[in-house]
Amino acid sequence: MSTPRAMRQPLALRLTSAGFLAVWCLIASFPIVWIAVMSVKSPVDAFASNPLDVIFGPATRAAGNGLSLLDIVVGLVVLVFAVRLALNWLPRMVSHYAPGGQMLFGWIVAATGYAVAFVIAYFVILPALLGLLNPVLGPLGQPIIGLTTEHYRAVWVDNAFYRNFINSMVVTAGVVTISLTVGTLAGFALARSGSTVAFWLLIVALVFRALPHSVLVAGYLPFFVNSAEILRPWLGEAAPTLYGQPWAVIAVLVSINQPFTIWMLRSFFQNIPNELDEAARVDGCTHFQAFRLVIMPVMWPGVITTGLFSFLLAYNDFLVTSLLLDQSNQTMVPAIAGYFNRETTTTDQVEAVAAAVSITAPLFLLVMIFQRQIVSGLTAGAVKG
Amino acid sequence: MKFKTFAAFVAPSLVMMLLFIAAPLVSVFIGSFQLHQPVLQEVEEETCTPGFTGQTCTTTIVTRPLIDESGNMITTTDWVGWTNYTRVLNPEAAWAAVSSLDWSALMQIDFWAALRFTLMFTLVTLPLVIGVGLAIALVVNNAAKTIRGPVIFISLLPFIITPVIGALSIRWLFIGDGILTAGLEAWLDRDLALFAQAWTIELMMMFYRVWHVAPFAFVIFYAGLQTVNQDTLESAIIDGANRFERLRYVIVPHLAPLIVFIALIHLMDAYRVFEEIVGFTSQAHVISLQWLTYDFLQPDDSGNRAFGRASASSMLTMVGIVVLLIPLLRRTWRDHKGGSH
Repeated sequence: MSTPRAMRQPLALRLTSAGFLAVWCLIASFPIVWIAVMSVKSPVDAFASNPLDVIFGPATRAAGNGLSLLDIVVGLVVLVFAVRLALNWLPRMVSHYAPGGQMLFGWIVAATGYAVAFVIAYFVILPALLGLLNPVLGPLGQPIIGLTTEHYRAVWVDNAFYRNFINSMVVTAGVVTISLTVGTLAGFALARSGSTVAFWLLIVALVFRALPHSVLVAGYLPFFVNSAEILRPWLGEAAPTLYGQPWAVIAVLVSINQPFTIWMLRSFFQNIPNELDEAARVDGCTHFQAFRLVIMPVMWPGVITTGLFSFLLAYNDFLVTSLLLDQSNQTMVPAIAGYFNRETTTTDQVEAVAAAVSITAPLFLLVMIFQRQIVSGLTAGAVKG
Repeated sequence: MKFKTFAAFVAPSLVMMLLFIAAPLVSVFIGSFQLHQPVLQEVEEETCTPGFTGQTCTTTIVTRPLIDESGNMITTTDWVGWTNYTRVLNPEAAWAAVSSLDWSALMQIDFWAALRFTLMFTLVTLPLVIGVGLAIALVVNNAAKTIRGPVIFISLLPFIITPVIGALSIRWLFIGDGILTAGLEAWLDRDLALFAQAWTIELMMMFYRVWHVAPFAFVIFYAGLQTVNQDTLESAIIDGANRFERLRYVIVPHLAPLIVFIALIHLMDAYRVFEEIVGFTSQAHVISLQWLTYDFLQPDDSGNRAFGRASASSMLTMVGIVVLLIPLLRRTWRDHKGGSH
């Protein structure tokens, strides 16, 4: 063993350490796993006080909704197969068909297509197939775990949650694109300029970062509600009411996000050696050409990481979207507040749980795919100063 | 880089920040001295109800908002000086409560109750986040390499989850006879109602916040632990330092800048505590400064939003954040001046 003897740890310490780690993992994942389990059970089971009832769901099973042993085995096999397909076959197809410079675009198309195909295969074709097989198999086909998707159907189809989902996607896509475009320009200039102006800009950005968002919204609201009248002298009849406009919210979220974005991008740009853009300048590039043709191609990791954090800010926002958007174009997170405020019956509560899980699922995928980028983004600002 | 190119690169970002951060601040500052209210008129109204012998008629004087020809309420904007601040702070009642040492009377005033909770929340969660984060980082650093990836994945989940949803997921474990309340009741052998009083809700909120932020501290400390100087550690062993002393005198000083960084970010974020109030629907028991402003901004029954008071309370919230930030700004300024020489 390469560890020096003095560094070796006594058994008791190692056990405590492993125990603490296990407890932390349990605490970290339990609330999320638990709401996922609750969301597929009938209300009686979901709010049962016996944890085994919640997991196995006798009331859900009694209502005829459940998974048999066969369902579980087949489901797991298909899942493993799908994951392996995504890890091995998909990258090969993308690198084969996507033209050289369009890898990112190719990945977006491939990932979306794969996700749609998976959802159709897993949630439409597979249940239909197993529905035919289960009655034939006798004891193997008997449901053993209660499971129902009725709450998801109620949320997404009956309550038209997909509209909120589309609004969320519009807002987040807008915020990510604009804040990255604006932020990379500023971050690059701030990283390359050592002037006092740049320093003060960064300090002001830090102060802006600390501002509570409600302070800013208190400034927007009076203007946004009356903007049609205020802007009329300049814009005439075309003056819009900014309140309730998704693009106004995008602009607001981009600005609120700017201080953080430029700090993070600046620290990524500082890692790229100065000599690179100096060489480009010697070859006759302007600053902008050097930025566009030489720096950006090596900046993708930093841009993706910052984009992730912009996405999180826009996706997770409650305060700004709930105050600046109206009921008709609400995003997902404020819309869920409507669910648990009116929760009168336990069915409403479980529907709220299902909506909450629906909001969390994309984030879960995001961590799975971009774990390394998120970690590097968190440490970028801190460790390098 | 010439100043002109620098300006061109920074301009779009700067314009957005000026337009959507600086300008609203100015407008909030001005708005906090103004009062928007509908113009009211007093109308004499006669209501008649059929009675036994004849109609019984009563005349009452009703106040109605004036309405212009397009059906909107006519509003006026008046300069009211410090009125908005007085209405938020309620200094007379607060002073009376303070001078008679009546804590519960002071807590009857929304602003002071919100300030009390916000400060307590910030100061209690701060050491917990740093402590728990450091503990997880040490433990993960101690674990086998193969399980580190999955552990980091699981740890990131509470951090990445939408704050409102995270708060809700904790709430659903405890609400009514939720699974953990039932467990606690069986363990303590007594009936519990965790959402009936303020202190249990506050405890759950703090638990949620530590759960949510500790992974952030963990990831940063974990990165910091990778750069601990092994030679220093070995010399410490030769000097006879035990495990705890090595932690106390080698590792923690190495992580000190990171501790300061996390403390700062956490101070800023915890001071803005808001989503917990929404997720736990705790406004009847506990509110925070940011929630106070949010509440003023929500339209009331007649559709009016209390912009004046919202502006005043947000200016007061800002004073707090500036006080928190001054030590940091002074340090950065000293570093900058020291660095340039």
